[in-house]
Amino acid sequence: MSNSANGAALPRAAGLGSIFDARQQVSEAVSAGLKRRYAREKRFRLYGMLATLFAVAVLGILLFTIIRTGLPAFTQTMIKLSVTLYPQEIDPKGDRDPQTLSSADYQRLVRDALDDYFPDVTSRNDRRELFAMISPGATYVIRSMVIADPSLIGKRIEIEVPLKDDIDQFAKGKIDSEADQANRRVSDKQIGWYQRLVDRDLIVSRFNTTLFTAGDSRSPELAGIWGAVVGSFWTMSLTLLMSFPLAVGAAVYLEEFAPKNRWTDVIEVNINNLAAVPSIVFGLLGLAVFIGFFGVPRSSPMVGALVLTLMTLPIIIIASRAALKSVPPSIREAALGVGASKMQATLHHVLPLAMPGMLTGTILGMAHALGETAPLLMIGMVAFIVDVPSGPLSSATVMPVQIYLWSDAPERAFIERASAAIMVLLGFLTVMNLLAVALRKRFEKRW
Amino acid sequence: MIAMQATTGRATDAAASPVPAFMTRDVCVFYGQKQALTNVSLDIHRNQVTSLIGPSGCGKSTYLRCLNRMNDIIDGCRVTGSILLDGQDIYSGSMDVVHLRARVGMVFQKPNPFPKSIFENVAYGPRIHGIAKDKTELEAIVHNSLEKAGLLAEVKDRMDQPGTGLSGGQQQRLCIARAIAVQPEVILMDEPCSALDPIATARIEELIDELREHFAIVIVTHSMQQAARVSQRTGFFHLGILVETGDTEQIFTNPRDKRTQDYITGRFG
Ligand SMILES: Nc1ncnc2c1ncn2[C@@H]1O[C@H](COP(=O)(O)OP(=O)(O)OP(=O)(O)O)[C@@H](O)[C@H]1O
Ligand SMILES: [Mg+2]
Repeated sequence: MSNSANGAALPRAAGLGSIFDARQQVSEAVSAGLKRRYAREKRFRLYGMLATLFAVAVLGILLFTIIRTGLPAFTQTMIKLSVTLYPQEIDPKGDRDPQTLSSADYQRLVRDALDDYFPDVTSRNDRRELFAMISPGATYVIRSMVIADPSLIGKRIEIEVPLKDDIDQFAKGKIDSEADQANRRVSDKQIGWYQRLVDRDLIVSRFNTTLFTAGDSRSPELAGIWGAVVGSFWTMSLTLLMSFPLAVGAAVYLEEFAPKNRWTDVIEVNINNLAAVPSIVFGLLGLAVFIGFFGVPRSSPMVGALVLTLMTLPIIIIASRAALKSVPPSIREAALGVGASKMQATLHHVLPLAMPGMLTGTILGMAHALGETAPLLMIGMVAFIVDVPSGPLSSATVMPVQIYLWSDAPERAFIERASAAIMVLLGFLTVMNLLAVALRKRFEKRW
Repeated sequence: MIAMQATTGRATDAAASPVPAFMTRDVCVFYGQKQALTNVSLDIHRNQVTSLIGPSGCGKSTYLRCLNRMNDIIDGCRVTGSILLDGQDIYSGSMDVVHLRARVGMVFQKPNPFPKSIFENVAYGPRIHGIAKDKTELEAIVHNSLEKAGLLAEVKDRMDQPGTGLSGGQQQRLCIARAIAVQPEVILMDEPCSALDPIATARIEELIDELREHFAIVIVTHSMQQAARVSQRTGFFHLGILVETGDTEQIFTNPRDKRTQDYITGRFG
């Protein structure tokens, strides 16, 4: 100690001038490099800004195309019909038997109503073309009205029924009437009749409630996303119910209780790997294990949820462990210090503090699952299902799969509806992400 | 009220018998392969403040954390030797760690109130141990503890506000109130004033002196003045060894060991 002190004393006295020199040098070096540093910083900022701008632009284009394609799906062109409910057609015996009422030939009534509008259309082929302008849904409308209120029989009712999807597309300006007739799905005659209807004020455009209340259908104007929404709801609920407790339990065990040794390292690596497995692999696994071995009904929300649980589990576990890690150890010490058992310290103090972070992770995991398609294709949720699913074991499809199905369909109107469904799905995802942000905000306020 | 009587009763017993609260013999602590403490033998007496001093990293906190088995939660930490609380080995199978920590409270270096209300902070210990029979009794314990910690006057109209919203010094007193609410026999304090200003420090020191009436207190401190002011006995640690122990006055005025002398006169550390 004393040696080095003596050694240091010598140059200190002699080298006062050289210290000033050194300072001068440093200051020159700093100012020489300064300009370059600022230029580099400026360039760096510019790159960042360009990257952000690019991302925002791409997102904007994406949203713009989706909205432009999907927006027309929210309206449906309807025709006003004046239908006479002839008793001899609907209920010849007059006993109002529900069986007879529901099997009556309502299509004929619709045709009669159209014949009233177009008495000049008489040839068989022309009439077939004329009737094809009206959706088969028209008969369902009348039937359900009659069954709901049999006293209507014998009266004349004014109703609005949907036009067939091709006419609807024409009405929305999606079909070019100048194009060669053979290349479009609406004939010149139909266009003429449509114009006459418009001139007589019989065509109206209404908000498309069917889109939100119906299940899938072969006719686009009768197809809706409700079946897929309900399917998604069941699938997501079950996924949440299974993955959240499992993931939180695993995270708490691994983070708070498990000894840190080679085994827990192996488990950790495996969980991280699991998060990176392509989702379709989980679908194959679900097909082999849940459907093949355990016999869970194919296409059901239950099997979908099992597969999605496997997929989201690692995501939620990783997020939950991060949330637990971020709880300061002093809180654990404080609880243990007053004599709480490990379990009490975890349940009373650590878990409540980690909960917002865990929920954020869970919501992000669920959002991920909500948009997942590939594994569900493997387990039969891609089937054409008209009925709205009634429970976790009935056949169902989910929103992204419905979008996939519609965007694959040949009818233009289905493409339009696929975009509308994307908008609804994006809406759900936005709400979920906002919820996650809100939770994170609350989490930050704590500290 | 009941609580007060109980603790004073115990204090009188102790005054009658000179048996120390803690009797530690040949305590060695290992963190993995590394030995942090070697053969520490020290007694902690009731109604006395024992201060532990020594340069940074010499093992004061490690020793303190042995006394309520807080080292248990550190992976790879191993303790040997005997640590007797009232003649009972706290590392033996018959001693439950939860029960031990109820008898030996701890106040940490950094105030660490729970992010809950002031009331909940103090009520938590009594509640999990089932000390209070009903709500009024629990309230009495909370009031009593805050009173003893010298915090009651400042917080009595905002008991339902978060404990984390108090000032640093208030938070530390809240932590002391939380520790004494369980009516421990011994309170361990690891540098309780290191994050506080001189005024708050003076308050805590006063408090420690008052608490001595009911508890045995062990305090780790880096301030010689603090050790001299508040403690009756002092232990000097150096490089994992308990170099010297004795009455505070003797240690500070007439240390036997050269290393102790160097340390208290500020020659190293
Ligand atoms: N969790 C741990 N794991 C490994 N080594 C540790 C751990 N905690 C403490 N040590 C080591 O044990 C020795 C004693 O540490 P300890 O915290 O008891 O010192 P201290 O006297 O309290 O110091 P300070 O005054 O700085 O608080 C140190 O060398 C430290 O590096
Ligand atoms: Mg320490």
